[in-house]
Amino acid sequence: MAEPLLRVEKLVRRFGGIVATDHVSLDVASGELHAIIGPNGAGKTTLISQLTGHLAPHAGSVSLGGRDITYLPAYRRCALGLARSFQITSLLLDFTAADNVALAAQAHAGTSFRFFANARKEKGLRAAAHAALDRVGLAHRADVLVSKLSHGERRQIELAVALASKPKLLLLDEPMAGLGVTESQGMVKLLQELRKEVSIVLVEHDMPAVFALADRISVLVYGRVIASGNPDAIRANEDVKRAYLGDQHVVTHHG
Amino acid sequence: MKGLSVSKAVTALMLAGLVLLPLYSYLSGNVFILTLFTRIVILALAAASLNLIMGFGGMMSFGHAAYLGIGGYAVGMLAQEGVGSGFIQFPVALAASAIYALVIGALSLRTRGVYFIMITLAFAQMAYYVASGLARYGGDDGLTVYKRSDFSGLINLSNRTQFYYLCLACLFGVIFLIWRIVNSRFGLVVQGLRSNEQRMQAIGFPAKRYQLVCFVISGTMCGLAGALLANNTDFVSPAVMYWTRSGDLMVMVILGGMGTLLGPVMGAVVYLLLEEFLSQITEYWALIMGPLLLLIVLFGRGGIMGLLGRAGRG
Repeated sequence: MAEPLLRVEKLVRRFGGIVATDHVSLDVASGELHAIIGPNGAGKTTLISQLTGHLAPHAGSVSLGGRDITYLPAYRRCALGLARSFQITSLLLDFTAADNVALAAQAHAGTSFRFFANARKEKGLRAAAHAALDRVGLAHRADVLVSKLSHGERRQIELAVALASKPKLLLLDEPMAGLGVTESQGMVKLLQELRKEVSIVLVEHDMPAVFALADRISVLVYGRVIASGNPDAIRANEDVKRAYLGDQHVVTHHG
Repeated sequence: MKGLSVSKAVTALMLAGLVLLPLYSYLSGNVFILTLFTRIVILALAAASLNLIMGFGGMMSFGHAAYLGIGGYAVGMLAQEGVGSGFIQFPVALAASAIYALVIGALSLRTRGVYFIMITLAFAQMAYYVASGLARYGGDDGLTVYKRSDFSGLINLSNRTQFYYLCLACLFGVIFLIWRIVNSRFGLVVQGLRSNEQRMQAIGFPAKRYQLVCFVISGTMCGLAGALLANNTDFVSPAVMYWTRSGDLMVMVILGGMGTLLGPVMGAVVYLLLEEFLSQITEYWALIMGPLLLLIVLFGRGGIMGLLGRAGRG
């Protein structure tokens, strides 16, 4: 196998006495959709935060496309092709949908130390924003303030913002969180489309979605990866069943 | 749409009034009003510069009056040392303000929220005490500027009307620049950072760099106001940097409407006219001014500009 797009090696992060990330290693190949699942408190968000650069690990390394990015700040990783969506929607509420997405495009299109020309009239940025909004099916809401959009629409904008930076790897932190049944189905359909264009790391609670989408799944329990493999292997894995049976029956139910 | 037109009409009226004021002063023989409005225009310029970081950038600087002092002392000190040319004084005033802003900004922007307010305040107070300690330049008592900046015949600052129009041109120039900046790539990034810093970092913008540049631009603009103010009063003293003066500027911005282009101008006009008017009626004018401001801030979210917008919508 060629060099993986994302390689995480023996990552460790502690909070006081608690080891939230315990020697986690995983590879994400180019073109792969790699899902990370695990019960509540397994350390999924802690792991994601270390991948995006919002949290520094105590040991181990993260590399993207062969380059060590363990201690790079978030904005530098973004320039290298790493984009993320937030578990709790994090957008510019007092900006329009189009402005939110155009800013992401702007971050990757030359310097932003331009003080005079009207940025909202830059055709390239507007076109990129429109394309990304169109991709998630929200082109008709482009000029609406994000604060006026529904929760489901905001989740879609999150995705459009991530897409507008033309990432190599997309880190999606629970994109289905808080979505209704039909909205979730729409999101799954959308992710099925996107995965053809970009590699994705998906952290998600929605098991049917994960099993429908993932090429590979890593199961995180108490900060450790207890199993990693394709959906069938994970479904059959005894450790995984045991870990989940305590609080959730999702794997056996939907599997 | 109608709401827009009401605030637009009032704003246009105010701007027309500012432009025509010397004519009124001339016709009515009221010289005082021209002096008063020169001061208003200069402080409106300072308030507009503060609005750039406070309203658009979300950086609550409580030390903006420091630049009034730095710009003023640059003019006063150079004049004292025999350098009377405005072509030297003004660039030095701007450069000194920019350097101060760069240093203070680099240190202050490590903090957020209340700490940012406190640290900018602390630095301005330091500047105040440094100025008080300048024995050669009058110390506590301040420094008289015996001769206004000399622009070698191009414009005569001792002529009231010419000086007023110079100040007004500076104000309009700065407002124009702010308008362009706010809609530029840079301006959108700065406003994005005000709205959600975490998101902006995640899409690839290093926050501090943009905020620092914005902080320096704002400080430089206010330094210009300082240089004009020293010429207006023929005097500069540590008092222009005192924290209450920074507070006045903040009040003007909030009163007029934070994050609106002309709100600070409106705020400065209303605030300073009220101050002038009320202080003629009673020496306890602050007792009336205080509650009045409180009412506007409590019930007029978005300041006067916000009120006008809502009044239009009914």
